[in-house]
Amino acid sequence: MARPVVVEAQGLVRRFGTATVLAGVDLRVGPGTIVAIFGPNGAGKTTLLRILATLLAPSAGAVSLFGNDAFGSHAGVLRRRIGLVAHETFLYPDLTATENLLYYARLYRIDDGSERAAELLAWAGLDAHRTRPVRSFSRGMAQRLALARALLHRPELLLLDEPFSGLDAAGAEAVETTLARMREAGGTVVLTTHDVARGLALSDRACILNRGRLAWESLGRAPADAFAAAYRRVVGDG
Amino acid sequence: MLAILWKDLRIEWRTKEMLSSLAVLAVLLVLTLTFAGQAGTVGASAGRLAGALWVAFLFAGLLGIQRSFLLERENQCLAGLLVSPVDATSLFLAKLVGNVIVLGLMQALIVPLGALFMGSGMAANLPALAVVLALGNIGFAAVATVFAAAAVRTRAREVMLPLLVLPLLLPLVILVVKATGAVLGGTSLGEVGPSLTYLLAFDAIYCTAGWMLFEFVVRE
Amino acid sequence: MRARDFFDRWLPWIAGPAMLIALYCIFLVAPTEKDQGVIQRIFYVHVSSAWTAFIGFGTVAMSSALFLWSGHDRYDRVAHAAAEIGVLFCTFVLLTGPIWARHIWGTWWQWDPRLTQTLILWTLYVSYLMLRAFGGNDDLVRRWAAVLGIFGVLGIPIIIRSVRILPGIHPAVLMTREGDTGLVDPGMRLALYVTAVAFLFVFVWLVHLRTRLQRLADTMALMHAEQG
Repeated sequence: MARPVVVEAQGLVRRFGTATVLAGVDLRVGPGTIVAIFGPNGAGKTTLLRILATLLAPSAGAVSLFGNDAFGSHAGVLRRRIGLVAHETFLYPDLTATENLLYYARLYRIDDGSERAAELLAWAGLDAHRTRPVRSFSRGMAQRLALARALLHRPELLLLDEPFSGLDAAGAEAVETTLARMREAGGTVVLTTHDVARGLALSDRACILNRGRLAWESLGRAPADAFAAAYRRVVGDG
Repeated sequence: MLAILWKDLRIEWRTKEMLSSLAVLAVLLVLTLTFAGQAGTVGASAGRLAGALWVAFLFAGLLGIQRSFLLERENQCLAGLLVSPVDATSLFLAKLVGNVIVLGLMQALIVPLGALFMGSGMAANLPALAVVLALGNIGFAAVATVFAAAAVRTRAREVMLPLLVLPLLLPLVILVVKATGAVLGGTSLGEVGPSLTYLLAFDAIYCTAGWMLFEFVVRE
Repeated sequence: MRARDFFDRWLPWIAGPAMLIALYCIFLVAPTEKDQGVIQRIFYVHVSSAWTAFIGFGTVAMSSALFLWSGHDRYDRVAHAAAEIGVLFCTFVLLTGPIWARHIWGTWWQWDPRLTQTLILWTLYVSYLMLRAFGGNDDLVRRWAAVLGIFGVLGIPIIIRSVRILPGIHPAVLMTREGDTGLVDPGMRLALYVTAVAFLFVFVWLVHLRTRLQRLADTMALMHAEQG
């Protein structure tokens, strides 16, 4: 193996009651890579991401992150290196933007917490709103703050669930730039999205998840027409 | 109006959830009141006051403790915590201490009020009272914190927490009312007797159990 | 599956005759109590049920602990079944108690320590069953129920002691302390122990049946879901 693997998932199965949401997923992602996962609603994208973030334990199968068992006894240490941006923001509505970031900085034991928070608030364009409670934020502002929260501790692996939804063009571009910069620094990104154009342009690899299985995976960057054909083949029309 | 009433009754009958939970809750309430009343028969008025106070603490306390997890519910902040390096035991301790403090503050307000309305010439032993109340709070919070984390995520939330927690707390009610009554009547800590020892045991057992099992309650 | 063979084939043949022997002992071996008359014979089923109810909850707790430890669904099924059957025995105690009390003391309920402890145990059982019934069918609820079971059993020593010091409590009539049955006549002792053992066998057998039923139901539900 030339490069150490950051994410290695083997045979991931996840059941909720009698419903099988993931039916055997294998995924390998190395460092300095952005992987985009596409798929229809209900395919299991969010579940897969939550398992990779160690929020959810798989019903069967194994996940290793940075070469270690993701659900072993040292999961806490691993979490220090992972960031998750989900559909929900994980922000306390009654605290201000700064307070939220400082709280997470302490949770992750970041040394330069307040500097980092200020830096990210500026990056997110929220500097002017930093003393306002998050409750008063618009969806787009909250999304940007959530991304700032996830970047606070400089994670090596960033997991994003539909990061472009709710963002305007400028916001989406800022996200793209940040992710690209992460990749250059050797970080790893796994994201799910419905935004085909952006996803394909940004990612080094594209996958299609359908009905709990990775039905298609590109070997390198996927050209748009090849992807569209694969999608139609795998998921069907409509 | 009748259509609405009929629809409500129909839904209730289909699920029968609320009916049965309320029925069981009623039984638990009666039991709690009975035990508080019986444990409070020592020392006449001091005992009665102790019983009434603790029934009030229990119900206000349950609401308060439930709130401590409702906090984490909006925007799925609990997930934010679980994704961070913080482990479940630290979370448990944090919530536990927070809840004990809230209970203590609530008691600081209610006890003087209660004494004003119901007490008549009692020689209260204040430091001893604080100790007894604290011991009761710790046991109460240890049990309630664990199940508040669970109850906040089930369907019949508001009813679930008392339903799960009252049976476990019945022995606590007996012990703490007896001890509180004794202390309100002027007994010193050393003379309160076995209720204090058992109370300590209750606290120790449930704090340890909560500490060890919180992981299972909170992680999927 | 040798253990399962035992439960399926031999246990009914042990539990059934054991109950018959117990009945024989209750009615023909144990002498009639001089003060209370024939109604006293209810005592044997009453106490045996109580012992079984407590052991039943212990089973719930132990299976729950095994479930949390290993993650195998089968332990969760045993815990749930033990709770369902245990609550029946517990309810039986609470029904036979008043029947007996009515005849002895003329009132329907006495705050007897053992009865009070059983009442608290009953509420523990019911809260467990309500959580499972209304919490939904997912893994989390099973974990919560397991934690509830363990918490419950941990409280039993304190329940027993705290009820004893409850001021309004009446001392038990025939029992001096828990564990000491206060029975002098060997025929009575025999009847009690035989009945207790028989009840335990019946309990184990019923739990086994219930667990098996649940396993089948779960398998069918899974098959249904996979086809749909």
